[in-house]
Amino acid sequence: MDLPIVALLAQDGITNGAIYALLALALVLVFAVTRVIWVPSGEFLAYGTLTLAGLQLGKASGIAGLLAGMAVVAGAMEAWRSIGDGEARRLPARLALWTGLPLAIAAALYFIAPLQPPFFVQILLALTAVTALGPLLYRIAFQPVAEASVLVLLIVAVAVHFALVGLGLWFFGAEGSRTPPFTSASFELGGVTVSGQSVLVVATSIALIFALALFFNRTLYGRALRATAVNRVGARLAGISPGFAGTLTFTLGALMCAFCGVLIGPITTVYYDSGFLISLKGFVGAIFGGLVTYPAAAAGSLLVGVLESFSSFWASAFKEVIVFTLIIPVLLWLSLTTQHHEEDE
Amino acid sequence: MVARMLRRPLVAGLAIAFAFAAQSARADINVGVTLSATGPAASLGIPEKNTFDLVPTTIGGQKINWIVLDDGSDTTKAVQNAKKLVAENKVDVIVGSTITPASLAMIDTAVEAETPMISMAASARIVDPGNPKTRWIFKTPQSDSLMADAIAVSMKANGVQTMGYIGFADAYGDGWLAEIKRSAQTAGIRVIAEEKYNRNDTSVTGQVLKIVAAKPDAVLVGAAGTPGATPQKELVSRGYKGRIYQTHGVANPDFLRVVGKDGSGTLLPVGPMLVYEQLPDSNPVKKVAADYINKYEARFGTRSTFGGHAWDAYLLLNAAIPEALKRAQPGSKEFRAALRDALEKANVVATHGVYVMTPNDHNGLDNRARTMVRIDNDKWVVSR
Repeated sequence: MDLPIVALLAQDGITNGAIYALLALALVLVFAVTRVIWVPSGEFLAYGTLTLAGLQLGKASGIAGLLAGMAVVAGAMEAWRSIGDGEARRLPARLALWTGLPLAIAAALYFIAPLQPPFFVQILLALTAVTALGPLLYRIAFQPVAEASVLVLLIVAVAVHFALVGLGLWFFGAEGSRTPPFTSASFELGGVTVSGQSVLVVATSIALIFALALFFNRTLYGRALRATAVNRVGARLAGISPGFAGTLTFTLGALMCAFCGVLIGPITTVYYDSGFLISLKGFVGAIFGGLVTYPAAAAGSLLVGVLESFSSFWASAFKEVIVFTLIIPVLLWLSLTTQHHEEDE
Repeated sequence: MVARMLRRPLVAGLAIAFAFAAQSARADINVGVTLSATGPAASLGIPEKNTFDLVPTTIGGQKINWIVLDDGSDTTKAVQNAKKLVAENKVDVIVGSTITPASLAMIDTAVEAETPMISMAASARIVDPGNPKTRWIFKTPQSDSLMADAIAVSMKANGVQTMGYIGFADAYGDGWLAEIKRSAQTAGIRVIAEEKYNRNDTSVTGQVLKIVAAKPDAVLVGAAGTPGATPQKELVSRGYKGRIYQTHGVANPDFLRVVGKDGSGTLLPVGPMLVYEQLPDSNPVKKVAADYINKYEARFGTRSTFGGHAWDAYLLLNAAIPEALKRAQPGSKEFRAALRDALEKANVVATHGVYVMTPNDHNGLDNRARTMVRIDNDKWVVSR
């Protein structure tokens, strides 16, 4: 094991770690605001890559159909709620948001896909489509049980995960896909070849993390989400609607995961069921921050990526064992250092 | 009290109902199929499932009920399916499953029920003649050993002296490693690097760096389906200049799509059906493969060698069922035994080769079941 190999392994580990970090941040964000352990985050990643790969071939009917179907269900739920609450007056606006907008995205996807637009437009389309699934999913699956215990929310999340994996097999088929690289450039850095792709992944991850930090610290909506995360009841008293906070969180989370999918597409082959294992590694990273601290989650994810890379060199047969065993000392340490308090339900 | 009074007539009634059900089912032959149309092996199981949509519903003038179940690539579910097929559907023969672990686990159920079973999975262990239970078990795909020999022969012909191996960290990868070590030793080739990876791994950089550092003349990738492209692309991007071999597990159009131009020059052994157009007319397989592939491609698009394994299972039954019908009535223990005996004597030209079954060989394939191909501009080209 000489220096070039160490450098290559480190580069590989950091690239993967950056993707795990984005996933970990999405997990922490969703958990902090809505208390949902977001098991299906990996599916959003896989959907991101596979939708983009499908667009390359001029196909997007599966995801467009899913969007349209969910839009109709969400619209029906909104109609039911509006009439039940005697707010029929507000129904048109709600329908425009919950049914009209997703239907418009689905239609755009369906009609633009066969035209084979430029790569950049394809990326935007894939991101928009997969991101739109986030709030719809929250409206349909999570909002009706938003006040339930963490365990109930977890069970719902697992159910959603299985549903999305099954739908993924149906839409995208059993075989995997790759997307073309954003850049084939590579350059020498102190005698080590660094691929432009890795730099791009790390740079965009960092940029996105900074953008999120700005959003949470400087904007009203970001502060509203932080307030909800700190104290749901207090935030509600201060006029922040929990439904709105949940919807916004799921939109952001879905965007981050879909973005990961776009980043990871050129690096590896993604399958309809790839997402779970990748998000599990993001989850290990998130555990470092106890599912609440963003910097610790990001650092933990980087560690997971680097550990994975080096253990695949030293003992490839035990790679997953090594990575997932990492969670035990971390949990032990967390359980010894943090004060545990039961959630009042 | 009432419940007790009712119990006896109820049981008697049920028994009569079941007897009638069994009676009415006797006319038809029930073939129970369990395959992996979902889960990790879905890319293998889906073409098999499609193929069972194409099979005729009569053989030798007898109506055949094909009962097709999905086991989700799950061993436990495959065994449950086998038990259900035997107990509820009273099948005369079981076909399945798609993958080796599930097939191995189903053996006990088939043997207990004295029902012949035709597996569509690769491992030679499924029909190990040293295991007395395999008396009831047959299989259609080529064994890994047959294909590993073909690779070793090709390597030797290309002047390879040392090789590296990277394969799945599961039964498929381990099986191939064992077989290629044996074949390589026979051919005088040394295996100097062994690495493992998982189907869903996002990166194989570590493993590939270790292999490239060992500088083998050739590398074999022991993987099935599109995951086989991951190490191949990594080897190419790390500037590996030696020959790359793949197994017949990757012989599908999706692999070509995912591996793209990095696949050029890769060598692999395949069943002859994949390249039947390039075979000489004298090859008996050509006509059978053309017949199946025309039917399949007319309905489901591009051919798959895995669908061929399912069609071969049908062709074996097509030959054996008329023989068994001469000796016993379907639905009986005697019929199942007769079917087993007929399968053991089968001599059938099929899509993947010529099956010559013997009591010691329940696979029955020989060199006619393999062809070396090279990937050339996204096409399979018959090679040496």
